Amino acid sequence: MSKIKCQCGHENPFGTVLCEACGRPLTEEAEKSQVVDMRYEGSARRSQTYNKSIIDKIWNFFSSVKVGVSIIVAVLVTSAIGTIFPQKLYAPVTSVNATDAEYLAYYEKTYSFFGTLYYKLGFYDMYNSWWFKILIGMLGTSIIIASVDRVVPLYKSLKKQRTKRHVSFMKRQRIFGEGKAADPDESLMKAEAALKEMKYNVKMEDGAILAEKNRFSRWGPYVNHTGLIIFLFGVLLRGIPGFYVDETMWIREGELRNVTGAPGYFLKSKDFKLETYTKEDANAVFGEALDRNGPIVKNFQTDVTLYKEKEGSLPGSEDLEYVKDYSIVVNKPLKFDGYNVFQMDYRLSELKSMTMQLIEKSTDKSFGEFTIELDDPKGTYELDNGAKVELLEYYADYDGIKDGEPVSKSPIPNNPAFIFKMTTPEKPKGEKSFVAIQQTLETEENAYKVKFVSADTRDISGFTIRKDKTLYILLLGGIIFMIGVIMGSYWNHRRIWIQKGADQQLLVAAHTNKNWFSLKKELNAVKDASELPAYMDRQDKESKDERQEGAES
Amino acid sequence: MGLANISATLLEISFIAYLVATAFFGGAVKGAKSEATYRNNKWGTIGISITIIGFLTHVGYFITRWIAGGHAPVSNMFEFTTAFGMMLVGAFILIFFLYRTPSLGLFALPIAILIIAYASMFPKEVTPLIPALQSHWLTIHVITAALGESILAISAVAGLIYLLKNIDMSKKSRQRFWIEFVMFVIMLVIGFVLSSSTFKLAGYEAEFDYIDKNDKPASITYNYPPLFGMNESVAKSPDTMKPWVELPAILNGKTLTTFVWSLFIGSILYVLLRLIVRKRLAEFVQPLAKRANSQLMDEIGYRSVLIGFPVFTLGALIFAMIWAHEAWSRFWGWDPKEVWALITWLFYAAFLHLRLSRGWEGKNSAWLAVIGFIIIMFNLIFVNFILAGLHSYAK
Repeated sequence: MSKIKCQCGHENPFGTVLCEACGRPLTEEAEKSQVVDMRYEGSARRSQTYNKSIIDKIWNFFSSVKVGVSIIVAVLVTSAIGTIFPQKLYAPVTSVNATDAEYLAYYEKTYSFFGTLYYKLGFYDMYNSWWFKILIGMLGTSIIIASVDRVVPLYKSLKKQRTKRHVSFMKRQRIFGEGKAADPDESLMKAEAALKEMKYNVKMEDGAILAEKNRFSRWGPYVNHTGLIIFLFGVLLRGIPGFYVDETMWIREGELRNVTGAPGYFLKSKDFKLETYTKEDANAVFGEALDRNGPIVKNFQTDVTLYKEKEGSLPGSEDLEYVKDYSIVVNKPLKFDGYNVFQMDYRLSELKSMTMQLIEKSTDKSFGEFTIELDDPKGTYELDNGAKVELLEYYADYDGIKDGEPVSKSPIPNNPAFIFKMTTPEKPKGEKSFVAIQQTLETEENAYKVKFVSADTRDISGFTIRKDKTLYILLLGGIIFMIGVIMGSYWNHRRIWIQKGADQQLLVAAHTNKNWFSLKKELNAVKDASELPAYMDRQDKESKDERQEGAES
Repeated sequence: MGLANISATLLEISFIAYLVATAFFGGAVKGAKSEATYRNNKWGTIGISITIIGFLTHVGYFITRWIAGGHAPVSNMFEFTTAFGMMLVGAFILIFFLYRTPSLGLFALPIAILIIAYASMFPKEVTPLIPALQSHWLTIHVITAALGESILAISAVAGLIYLLKNIDMSKKSRQRFWIEFVMFVIMLVIGFVLSSSTFKLAGYEAEFDYIDKNDKPASITYNYPPLFGMNESVAKSPDTMKPWVELPAILNGKTLTTFVWSLFIGSILYVLLRLIVRKRLAEFVQPLAKRANSQLMDEIGYRSVLIGFPVFTLGALIFAMIWAHEAWSRFWGWDPKEVWALITWLFYAAFLHLRLSRGWEGKNSAWLAVIGFIIIMFNLIFVNFILAGLHSYAK
């Protein structure tokens, strides 16, 4: 593509609005404008220059800030819609692998018509929906293209800017002033000193000053966009297997279990604790709150020992070596080898074992006690005087009798039931009895019965196991974003141009990307120090009126 | 007298100091002819001094309560909102010394006063921390997020002043309608504070048993005469009003009752004021904004977003994610509070892009700043009470 040669001799890329070197307006539009558009220095942006091929059109679409803001607003609105009713993840649907029908039933029952609509439109799983993902993808694309479209030409034109700008450039700045000076050269010298004092980078040549500071803040947006892209990239990586482990496990007190999702590691739960604040030992200021709310939980804690499979041992051989003891509490996960184990849930007092005794119904005479370990019930329990009890069937979670057979709802001992065969010297053939909690069923009248004595319980801890290799990428993205956003927000790029015009004239112009108030304050200081002509801010009409008002009064 | 009591007294002192300081800022604005002449006005100097005294006692409240409870006092609705009000005043003081604008104080302080009054309607006792909150990230995350939000709120104050000054109140327009609506919403907040404290002073309580949306029995105490009952509710206390209607389980009758009472009292207040001043309220307060320099208000509005946005990102998103990863095992879980923090962030990101690249200045920018504050308040109030999630500690 052809270059545009400016009158000053500088060759600009096609599409340039303001000459990179001297700032002369190169388009008719720029020439007509009173105050020139200084964003991106009037440089040649690809999106403003080409519009022929499909690629041009796509590029132009995504480089537009209008489109970018529209995408942001679309993400914002969809996100908000996703909070109207609970998302799928938080819906209190009982079973673990709930079917779609169960979810539909939940939304329908709880939120009636709107719930059904919410479900049918897919809003109940908004953030995993394909359209939400496409929106995020578009946002990422927009960030990349819009940044590249701007940063390259901006960098080039800031690099190529000349100290002496053309008068037409100066005159089209928002802040501009001209006037006669007693001694222009001396004014320039004084201005140079004053500007240096204010930490400006001052260049002086050919009767012109360019003072510039904090140019780096112009790169802030592009740095923070890079951070965002790294963050989104990290999120994308989570889809790849191995980068991300997310499992749950339940472990009972006393149990040793393989850590779900972390092969080769084992956890033993020694104790689960649930503590509450009590008025006796909590800080006295909490008294009022405890009175009003009732007990408040203080701590959930599981004391565990971590073991590791010995190196070289066969998988599954359980030849373990001790790694460490740890107390997992909320906010303090157990960490090992990139894994984190979190205290997430608990169940109190699950039945561990039940102690029973065999008695003769007529005399209440006992043949002794026996204990059934519920996770490993034995077949036969030998008692005193040659009596024995055989455990024929065990139903961990007894749920009534269906089709003439007792059934168990789950393998968890929520409601244990047993079928015993009781044998004594008097009844060598034995008697059968069905025993559940507070219930005994007999096929025919028995002479003996198994009577419940006591039960042992234990607590269960629910853990979440996570390994996330992307966390560092996400953190890096976050840090870069913060650096960029701070660069761009807390510093401003300021430039002041001063030059000699014809017969004793001095011209002043200034530009900043933001915070004009402070720029004017600095410019006032320079003006006072070096007798520069008065300037005008063409966007602030009120101050001028007020100054006149002040002068009149 | 225990530390907790000292703390409460300090908060009362700062509340009164802000009221007095507002009056002085009013004097500064009224007494001056223009922005240029009121910058170093004597009234303004007294106003800012009293504000600083109020701020110091407010910080005193914060520190003594921190020591008394053993944790940063940002763990429930009262504590968080009060801290938010404190930081709003702090942000105002900072901006005041950058720009010297008594007008800003005249509007920022009443808003801080309202925020503190609102906070005081919630249970004020010091509460021990539940396990999920026992982390130094509570201090870091919440304080940074509140600080970011309070700086962003300053931009809404500047925006409000800009709009009050620049909207033509003599002609019917959409903007004139909406600015009046903002005034009405402020009246509702006052309505809430008035009605809530009246019934609290009267010691009103009505207890009910009801069935919640998961079909579990629960009980609830109303502090207002119940207009709307909970699902299948049965009154436990005698001699209380019978609710007009019973709501389905997904709606909270107590919240709706509170809202309708506030609406009722707020509307009466609004109508009364309109009758007294015989003007639209926005028109009535317009003279107070007339001295402000529009360009400067626009600049303050923009600048505070620039200062507040990075702080908000750090506190409400980055620190939040780090803590969420420690406490809940995932850095992001699409919990309503998280989503609304993201929405706030996206909104201000859109604000900055519109401003930087599309030249949205003046009224557009001011309206956006006001809407941004509404989103922040929405996240503070509605998300806690209506879209219950993991963050609803404060009910």
